[in-house]
Amino acid sequence: MKNYLTISEVRKGLKSKEFSSHELMQHYLKRIKDYSKLNAYVTIDEDKALASAQQADGRIAKGEDLPLLGVPIAVKDLFCTKGIRTTACSKILSEFVPEYESTVTQNLLNNGSIFIGKTNMDEFAMGSANITSCFGACFLPYRKKSKPDMELVPGGSSGGSATAVASDLCVAATGSDTGGSIRQPAAFSGLVGIKPTYGLCSRWGMVAFASSLDQAGPLTKTVEDAAIMLKAMAGHDPKDSTSENVEIPDYTTFLDQSVKGMKIGIAKEYLEGLNAENLALLEKVKSWLKDAGCEIVEVSLKTTSYALPAYYIIAPAEASSNLARYDGVRYTKRAESFSNIDELYINSRSEGFGEEVKRRILTGTYVLSAGYYDAYYTQALKIQKMIKEDFRDNAFAKVDLILCPTTPSTAFGIEESANMSPVDMYLNDVYTVNANIAGLPAISVPAGLSKDGLPMGVQLIGNRFAEGDIFKVSHVIEKSANFAELRKEIITI
Amino acid sequence: MENLVKGWEVIIGLEVHAQIATKSKLFSSSPTAYGADPNTQVSFYDAAMPGMLPVLNENAIDQAVKSGLGFKGTINNISRFDRKNYFYPDLPSGYQISQLYYPIVTDGHIDIELQDGTTKRINIERIHIEQDAGKSIHDLSPEFSYIDLNRSGVPLMEIVSKPDMRSPYEAMQYVKKLRNILKYVGSSDCNMERGNLRVDANISIHKPGEPFGKRAEIKNINSIRFLGQALEYEIERQIIAHEMGEEIVQETRLFDSSTGETRSMRSKEDAADYRYFPDPDLKPVILSEERIERLKAEMPELPDEKKQRFMSEYGLKATDAAVLIDDKEIADCFERAVQASKFKSSETAKLIANWMISELFAILNKENKTIDTVGFPIEYLAELVDLIVDKTISGKIAKTVFAEMVSTSHKPSDIVKELGLVQIQDEGVIRKVVEEVLTKNPAQVEQYKAGKTQLFGFFVGQSMKALQGKGNPETINKLLQELLRQI
Repeated sequence: MKNYLTISEVRKGLKSKEFSSHELMQHYLKRIKDYSKLNAYVTIDEDKALASAQQADGRIAKGEDLPLLGVPIAVKDLFCTKGIRTTACSKILSEFVPEYESTVTQNLLNNGSIFIGKTNMDEFAMGSANITSCFGACFLPYRKKSKPDMELVPGGSSGGSATAVASDLCVAATGSDTGGSIRQPAAFSGLVGIKPTYGLCSRWGMVAFASSLDQAGPLTKTVEDAAIMLKAMAGHDPKDSTSENVEIPDYTTFLDQSVKGMKIGIAKEYLEGLNAENLALLEKVKSWLKDAGCEIVEVSLKTTSYALPAYYIIAPAEASSNLARYDGVRYTKRAESFSNIDELYINSRSEGFGEEVKRRILTGTYVLSAGYYDAYYTQALKIQKMIKEDFRDNAFAKVDLILCPTTPSTAFGIEESANMSPVDMYLNDVYTVNANIAGLPAISVPAGLSKDGLPMGVQLIGNRFAEGDIFKVSHVIEKSANFAELRKEIITI
Repeated sequence: MENLVKGWEVIIGLEVHAQIATKSKLFSSSPTAYGADPNTQVSFYDAAMPGMLPVLNENAIDQAVKSGLGFKGTINNISRFDRKNYFYPDLPSGYQISQLYYPIVTDGHIDIELQDGTTKRINIERIHIEQDAGKSIHDLSPEFSYIDLNRSGVPLMEIVSKPDMRSPYEAMQYVKKLRNILKYVGSSDCNMERGNLRVDANISIHKPGEPFGKRAEIKNINSIRFLGQALEYEIERQIIAHEMGEEIVQETRLFDSSTGETRSMRSKEDAADYRYFPDPDLKPVILSEERIERLKAEMPELPDEKKQRFMSEYGLKATDAAVLIDDKEIADCFERAVQASKFKSSETAKLIANWMISELFAILNKENKTIDTVGFPIEYLAELVDLIVDKTISGKIAKTVFAEMVSTSHKPSDIVKELGLVQIQDEGVIRKVVEEVLTKNPAQVEQYKAGKTQLFGFFVGQSMKALQGKGNPETINKLLQELLRQI
């Protein structure tokens, strides 16, 4: 079987009977075993996966045609899946099997896709390296030319999904992005990752981290796959009050549309302190886009540097409240020893949560406390408002999309990450959090390789519901970068 | 300053939690029906399963708006839900969704009636919507506590008064009136036994002219009588404490209805920091003017308005009107009866009111029944009054008929026929009887003529007795006067 199949290739192969969905599933299950050291998956029910593939084959035989019929997908362990353990990679949820299916995964099932299993992630999606999972770290399948022995992180929090796609352990995967958790791992892993407009994908059944920022989105091998996946995942959901009631277009129709005359903004604030490689890559992308007929416009977004501090107030604040339900009383793992209700809470939560999650709960509790609320939370909300206005007035009043880097660096080493201070780790999100804070859609597209042979992504941020424009321009970048060829140069394990 | 207790002025403010009458919960579609088996009305959301989200019950919003209109409050076009964070086993999400910063209703009032017949305005600061918590059950097992989440997420309105009440009586009047208004509006069943209405009372005392004292909050009082008892006890306790030179601390207290006492639950020092912040799962509640106008149009007549109308339309006395409107069902019954009567006159209305207030209420009290379960439709009372007005029976006979109606549920006209109770109107027949009474009692006639006029009643009684109570009393009176004059 050909490696690294895309959705359209899989659909073509299934329709032409080149292979069956069952064969494809077997193929992936075998690869997952072969690459088990990557630790991409945390839960797989092989029988269930194979049975669903067989079912899909039956439907295909009957002539059914759905965008994802028979396509094996990996699901981030943040999405509740009916009858399949869902842990958010936290010890505290290690025994939780939902009796319901999240809207996003249900939408994928409705589109015919079949699930291979649940992927590794940072505990409760809190992290940028996939090292906080209770199932252990997940690994990037790539190596640096200069240090081929060094184990690298896939980024986070959707690290398992990124590795599963990048190592060809699935066709595509779901992720979630609160501050960059789809785009950063996509950039590290040479994948396409899009965080849609806030409210485009339902949050119902997705384990909540920071409700006002969380958005589901896909991690895929190509822009076209991302367009197909997002269309399948998105849609209005009356069960989520923050879900937007908008028509979801067929995003693939945007892919080959002309970008002539589109205005692409470069915000100078994003370039400050950027390393030479990133700067050079941006220059290259600018020239590709110019060649395709885009106009490059310099803009200024003065609020850019405030997004990260605001994010690290708002997100922990919401998390401290969202995670209160994991208390050892109902479905969460209860501590063995306690002598009163307070101890039950304290012991269950002390044992069940990892260090990073505890840090964020404490941060969030602190910023919401009497006497600190105004100094932190209220200020952060003001900054959020300013950032939204800044994008509206100084970006999208003038340009169609903003082009900027996705991450400050390429994938880093696991050992390196273990020695990073929390703040150094948080700085990974410096280019991605703005889109979450402002509720805007943003994509990371692979655009080149670093000197050391690792993937580099660039980011496009659009106005609300401008996913079509984003796909259109991303497709130009993808074609110009010819990343499919560049991939072959990466040292893989 | 008539309200001083031993020289102290009492300041009372109340927070009333009223369950909003909705079929489903505030943020989920689970039913709110009372008395279901434990944990049978719990959705994944109510149990705070991962990833579950709230969806606002718009009907709860409508009911809260109507309540606000009932209290003449300001309906806010934008309100918002906040999370109140605290850990408790029967609070599955670890936070209660409430409205701290932007409540749905602000500024309203309730006019209460005082003992001397004057009214006093009690101002309402705000009404906000919030979820109820579940219930912890500790007495089923010596080892375990159990949790019932049926109430988890049931919609409540918290109606917060200004500290405008000065006595337990005023506080009780306030809750009675508040409950009455909510029942009229239909936004709460206000069944205190079922916990539909619970009161937290803030109370402090101070010497007139001095600043307010530190207040105690008495939590979760579930009857108006208990509210009175708790406040009386608390006033006494605070006065003694002050006079003994003890410091009153701001604290939360519980009322124990078995002892009639309040006891300290927690002081302000251990008060939780609830870390309120806007709930990111919910959008602000935006009420359009059209929606508010529609709800205004749906508003029923309120107790004060109804009382005024009963007085002007039916000529009822203020006290009678007040008694009838006190319960919307009774007021509705009264009007149904007036409509059912043949005459529909002010006279009939007044008679119906009298019969309801004296005879009917007495039966309801005695037999512990409600107007629904008393066994005859209110239209029968109208018929009974008609029979009095058209002189078919006397008022006295009517009482017999009424008693018969209560025990047999028969129609008054049938009872009158069955028992042969039709009033004797024939003047000739009555004259014969009256003449006989006078002839048979010459001594009394003599005394009467000598000035002992109170014997007139004796003659009436004797005549009525001879007529088996069925004689028309007016005719008897008229004939007696005539005949006695002639003697």
